[in-house]
Amino acid sequence: MTPTDLTIAQARDLLAKGELSSMELVEAHIDAIEQNRELNAYITETPEKALAMAQDSDARRAKGEGNGLLEGIPVAIKDLFCTRDTLTTAGSHILDGFHPVYESTVTANMWRQGAVMLGKTNLDEFAMGSSNLTSYHGPAINPWKARGDDRRRVPGGSSGGSAAAVAGRLALGATGTDTGGSIRQPAAFTGTVGLKPTYGRCSRWGIVAFASSLDQAGPMTRSVRDAAVMLGAMAGHDPKDSTSADIAVPDFEAALDSGVKGMTIGIPKEYRSDAMAPEIETLWQQGIKWLEEQGATTVEISLPHTRYALPAYYIVAPAEASSNLSRYDGVKYGLRVEADDLLSMYEKTRAAGFGDEVKRRILIGTYVLSAGYYDAYYLKAQKVRTRIAEDFRHAFSHVDAILTPATPSAAFPVDEPPSDPVEMYLLDTFTVPVNLAGLPGLCVPAGLSGEGLPLGLQVIGKAFDEATVLRVGRAIEQAAGFDARPEGY
Amino acid sequence: MSFDKTTIARISRLARIATTDAEQERLADELGGILAWVAQLDEVDVEGVAPMTSVVEMNLKAREDVVSEGANAEGILKNAPKSAHGFFVVPKVVE
Repeated sequence: MTPTDLTIAQARDLLAKGELSSMELVEAHIDAIEQNRELNAYITETPEKALAMAQDSDARRAKGEGNGLLEGIPVAIKDLFCTRDTLTTAGSHILDGFHPVYESTVTANMWRQGAVMLGKTNLDEFAMGSSNLTSYHGPAINPWKARGDDRRRVPGGSSGGSAAAVAGRLALGATGTDTGGSIRQPAAFTGTVGLKPTYGRCSRWGIVAFASSLDQAGPMTRSVRDAAVMLGAMAGHDPKDSTSADIAVPDFEAALDSGVKGMTIGIPKEYRSDAMAPEIETLWQQGIKWLEEQGATTVEISLPHTRYALPAYYIVAPAEASSNLSRYDGVKYGLRVEADDLLSMYEKTRAAGFGDEVKRRILIGTYVLSAGYYDAYYLKAQKVRTRIAEDFRHAFSHVDAILTPATPSAAFPVDEPPSDPVEMYLLDTFTVPVNLAGLPGLCVPAGLSGEGLPLGLQVIGKAFDEATVLRVGRAIEQAAGFDARPEGY
Repeated sequence: MSFDKTTIARISRLARIATTDAEQERLADELGGILAWVAQLDEVDVEGVAPMTSVVEMNLKAREDVVSEGANAEGILKNAPKSAHGFFVVPKVVE
């Protein structure tokens, strides 16, 4: 097996047995990255850093040290995580040339566990998008194509570069961040596994902020086991993030194969609509059957406020973004457009530095927070958010996990995106409620569409119960036996 | 919710983003559409419901009020488009 085809768990075992070196693993990935630049998965490649880190890892192992969870494993980092002295762009023009003087907590945790950085991956600008089309650095491309159709497809977003890199065998795993579906939707579009942990499981410190009450970092991998391993390396309490949970990080891999026998899985009726593509409905029914065949009980549940999640999200997220993005002022870092006075300098810098989608969201956020509108919009949306969280709380009083489709459709062509902003927002219909309630959600590849494109199922769990979510995900993965891969990768 | 160019001009000033006449026209349409769509929240009964203030149930921690790290003016200024004598430089603000 070529080294780039291994899962993290397989590579880890070969490294431990001395049958593979981190250097060999990293060299194979650097080659693959060079040969697949048309995917535009990476904004910045860091081959020299990767080789140095691999050499260090092999040296640690030779000395009998190096027992980190990701020792010697090459990974890609979404370019939203600040990495010390390595260009960090957030996919935006306004951060041109920004080299952080500090390291995000999540990446620092991963380096401490022995991981090796291959580079920084492409994303929608400031993680605002579901297609990777809003990146200042051009769209990342999905390694998958529809059968008999040569059009380039989007890898989803915002963590589109990470998804393309993992699906295209350009990294064994990658970090993503998920504010409304930005890990799970690209995972579904690329046939990979994506886990958004519970809000507070991973520190947000050093991650370029989008919407602080929704943002959460998580792993993107090619197997559920790998997601469990990688989450273990990323997670943990951090005094630098006041919302980071001070609870122990369990061994997520330990209970992975315990199965779903005796579990009760909720099937929310509000996720079904007449507009749903028949193949998505079929996939969902298949998922229900797989879990029942393995001894789980499925019950219909009701999450009555589901349809209000997206509109609430499009008040809360832009409001928080408008506040967070006020720091880009042409003074402290990045782009600056000179002008005679301070106000004009701010206005011209921000006009030139932000793309259309980011501007749209900052302006919506500014409007809903402006004098006289706060109660009607932001406060109202936060009340609806309470309702949505209550829906989940009621459901979880009698179910262990919830199963839904991950996306309403498969990946669309790069040149034919939805034309209307709201239509684009609807791509996150099934993922957004999970962020509003702060819960963990996992996307697992479960089959192919009629056109031969990957489709995923989503498992939602109780707060801080990623272990159960991963167990259910593993059961689906085993039953689905998803072994399709994009041609040529 | 009808949205006009004057409103866009007002909020783009608040947001410190320069917008051209043509952009204001387009944004009025787009933002009007988005806000009309979010208006469906009016259907939800939120009587007596508390707005969410904490995503997961936890108490925010207090930390010791001490300097932990920082004092890295040189490193921080390395990213500034313009700096001098250990300060950020901006256009003149006081006559």
